[in-house]
Formats: sequence, C-alpha cells, structure tokens
Amino acid sequence: MDITVKNISKLYGSQKAVDDISFEVKTGEILGFLGPNGAGKTTTMKMITSYLTPNNGEITLDGISVTENPDEIKKRIGYLPENNPLYLDMAIYDYLKFCGELYGISKDKLNSRIDEMINVCGLTQEKHKYIGELSKGYRQRVGLAQAMLHDPEVLILDEPTTGLDPNQIVEIRKLIRELGKEKTVILSTHILPEVEATCDRILIINNGKIVADGSSEQLKKQAKGTETLIVKIEDGDANEIYNALQSLDTIELVDFADRTENRFEIQSGVELSSKRNIFNLCVEKGWVLTEMTAQEENLEEIFRSLTKN
Amino acid sequence: MNIIWIIAKRELNVFFDSLIAYIMLVLFLGFSGFFTWLFGSDIFMLGQASLGVFFSISTWTLFFFIPAITMKMIADEKKSGTIELLLTKPVTDWQLVAGKYLACLLLIAIALMFSLPYYFTVANLGDIDHGAVWSGYLALLMLSSAYIGIGLFASSITNNQIVAFLLALFISLFFHLIFDFLAFDVLGSAGLILNSLSTQYHFDSLSRGVIDSKDLIYFISITGLGLYLSSLSLTRRNSTN
Repeated sequence: MDITVKNISKLYGSQKAVDDISFEVKTGEILGFLGPNGAGKTTTMKMITSYLTPNNGEITLDGISVTENPDEIKKRIGYLPENNPLYLDMAIYDYLKFCGELYGISKDKLNSRIDEMINVCGLTQEKHKYIGELSKGYRQRVGLAQAMLHDPEVLILDEPTTGLDPNQIVEIRKLIRELGKEKTVILSTHILPEVEATCDRILIINNGKIVADGSSEQLKKQAKGTETLIVKIEDGDANEIYNALQSLDTIELVDFADRTENRFEIQSGVELSSKRNIFNLCVEKGWVLTEMTAQEENLEEIFRSLTKN
Repeated sequence: MNIIWIIAKRELNVFFDSLIAYIMLVLFLGFSGFFTWLFGSDIFMLGQASLGVFFSISTWTLFFFIPAITMKMIADEKKSGTIELLLTKPVTDWQLVAGKYLACLLLIAIALMFSLPYYFTVANLGDIDHGAVWSGYLALLMLSSAYIGIGLFASSITNNQIVAFLLALFISLFFHLIFDFLAFDVLGSAGLILNSLSTQYHFDSLSRGVIDSKDLIYFISITGLGLYLSSLSLTRRNSTN
C-alpha cells in the first residue's frame, strides 16, 4: 500500500506540531523518521493511523482517505505506539487474542496466527505469562506481535527497538527488513545507526517541517562539500611533510592531528580528491604511508546540522 | 463478534481476574445484607414481606460502588496510553465507551443477581408483591446505568483515577441528594423541575411497581448523555497535547 501524505498540518492550541508536511512511501519501502524530541514524528504517525485528525491536508493509503474511512484504514495498519502501552493485567496469549478479535480475524485463523506471531517474536517460552511480569524487551516483542498480528499491509512503528538488548535489536531489525520487502514500513527512531541499518529512505523532521528526504547515501552526498582525510606518514620529518602536503594543489588545508605520530588532517578543495596526490608524494619522497582514512560525514553530523535551531 | 462486546468481555475478564469484582460483590452483598436483615429498620423490624429496605439501601451502596468501578475505565487507559492501542484498531470512540458501559452494567447485574436469594427468602416468609420486587430490580439497574454514565464521563475527562472517582461522586451527589433537597426549598415550577431531576424521585416511582416511561426516559437520557459526553471528550484528544 502506498502512503501519500499531502500538506498536512496539526495544531495543538496555537502550537504547530506538524507544519505542512508532504511525502510519499511506496510499497516495499522502509522509511525512517528522524528528528529531535518534539519535532512532530509521533504526531505525524498518529495522524497516519487516524488516531489524530490533521487540521489541514490529506492522508491517503492507496487512494483511501484516512479521515473518511478510518475503519477501513485501521484494519490494514499495524501500529506500535510510542512507549509501547500494553494491558499489564493480561496474559500474552489472551492479549493477542483480544487484539485479533478487534481486528476481525476469523476464529479458525486466529489461533494459528497468534502461534505464528509468538514464534516469530520469540515469545514461545512466555506465552502464558502476564504482560506485567515481562521485562521491557519482551514487552516490546509483544507490542510488535500485536502490530503484525493481522498481517497488515502497512506497519507504523514508533521507536521499535527501545529497551531491547543488542541481540534483540539485530533480530528485530532483520525482521523489519524482511517485512519491508512486501509491506510499507514507517519507523521512527533516535538511534542513527539504526536508520542506516534498516531504512531505505530517511526523512528528517525538525520543528514540524521536513528538512531532509533521501537515502542515507544521498543525504551524505548532499551534506558532504569537501573531502577530509586522516593521513599518517612515517619516516619523515613532521614539518617537512607538512610543507610538502601544503604545496599540493588539490589540498586546501593541512592540520596536525597528532604531531608526534605524524598524523595529519587534510581537507581537499571543493570537489577535489587528494588521495592519489598524497600517495604519489610519498612514493616520490620515500615516505611510508601507513594510514589514509576518508573522514565520512556521518549521519549524526548531518542530523545535528539540519536540526540545530 | 461485535466490537462493543469484545471490549466489554475483556473488561469483565479483568474484573474477575483481579480482586475488584469479588471485593465489590462481597461488599455490596455484605452492606446491603447487613442493613436488610440485621441492623436498623430491617425486614424483621418492619415485619413486612417486602424488599423495600434492600432497595433503598442498595441505592446508597451503588452510589458509592459505581464510581469505584468506573473510575479506572477510561482514565487508566488514557494514563497508560492503551487507549491509543484500542483506537488505532478498528474501534470507534463510541464503541469503546459503549463497551466499557456494558461491562460495568453487567457487573452490577451480576451483583444484583447474587442478591436474589434475599428475594426467595422473603418470599418464603410471607406474601411478597412479586411485581414490586422485579420493578425494584429494574429501578436499581436503571439507576446504576445512569451512575455508570456519569462515572464514565468523569473517567473520560481526567487521567487520574482518584479525580475520576471524586468527580463522579460529586456529580452523582447532585442527582442523588442535592436536587431533592433543593426541591424542598424551592416553590413552583422550579421546584418541580428540580424534583424531576432527582434520581430518588424516579427511583421511588419506578420501584413502587409502576413502570412509567417517564422514569425510564429519565434514566436512559442521563446514561445517554454521560456516554455521549465521554466519547466527545475522547475525540477532544485532537485539540490537546
């Protein structure tokens, strides 16, 4: 199911939580929502699930309007809310059964579906326990099981990996990636490596507006103006190397990263690469090049520069 | 299966899974039984084969118990965020409120059912007016329904169970007592209006054995208004954070 969000705004009193956002998500795409706290990620997700109604604009799933046909939409969306609220006084199995009944899954299918979800989410050992007795990671799995129970075409996951241990995080990411092949997935997170690991596309929201939209490579390319290299050259005098580097025409700026170890931070000119020149220089002078690393502009820096107020 | 019933069924399961339902049943039967059979102007003192005492005591026990049942209904869902879970499933605001209402009413009906032995006992002791007993039970159910409506409304406008409880008691108190008191002091049509707003007035008239549509409409409208306002206050999530 394709999700189309068109010019939606949401006001809380006089405060604009979401300000004229538009984007599209295609089937088989995993979209990652990034943004500082209070940027409007959760509000946008709540509007797609029809929990909240936008003040302006329209959200459609395969052409079906969310505001006009909420019941139709709700059946096709699996939603894991922020903080993963659950009925702590219910057993996992009963809880999933309750959810399945609400989704209108037929009785004969429901049991096998619940068993499948319990399996997929690794809850087999715990299935008769009360949710209140579970640790945070297991609760998160129950939340995911609940969201996927009715095999929805769209999955909306608000911070799906919070509270999970690293092993579980890897498992859940794998699961999301698998699901994302046939379904439309939107997930929000604070963890930047997570978006890189799971999402095909990233949407950065700040102050209710979209400030960046694209794959992580695209974003990096956009953000990266110049090449930065860390270079370590042995068997030479630091000052001599410094001067030689400075005189290369592709290099804009040379800086000592570590003077005693002959490590330099080198910034190339706009759209130029100095890697070959540095190598050739070392060959020519008989220096030994022991390290050359391209300083990638990482997502974290892009995120910070885009969301700084 | 109907959505309203699925929600009500869950609530009832939670009631009976925890101690709430049992405490409620024991206290309700204990209180009303104590005053009906053992203390004050009980059945033996009146010397009549009638459940009148039980009914008038029950209006008070229910007056206190119903807010205790309804207080967590919506307030707790809002506080824990599970309301979002429900309303993003194919459930409308109205179905959610109706399901909660049904669960509360069924719990009260079960409690009242357990008091039926009182009826059988009294019927054995003397000539009882069977019609009056059944209309008395109907009156108790209608009264409960109205208080559940009020209780759910109170629960829907706050996240705090204690606030919901006190607010429900406060609103119910007007219908239970204050309108009645005021009606004594106010003359003319204002007095009549106040009198007709009092639950006691309609309860007495209904439990006397005359099933008047006016009384039924009165209780049903309070219930309906309570439920309508509850679902309206759920929809208000859109304008507040």
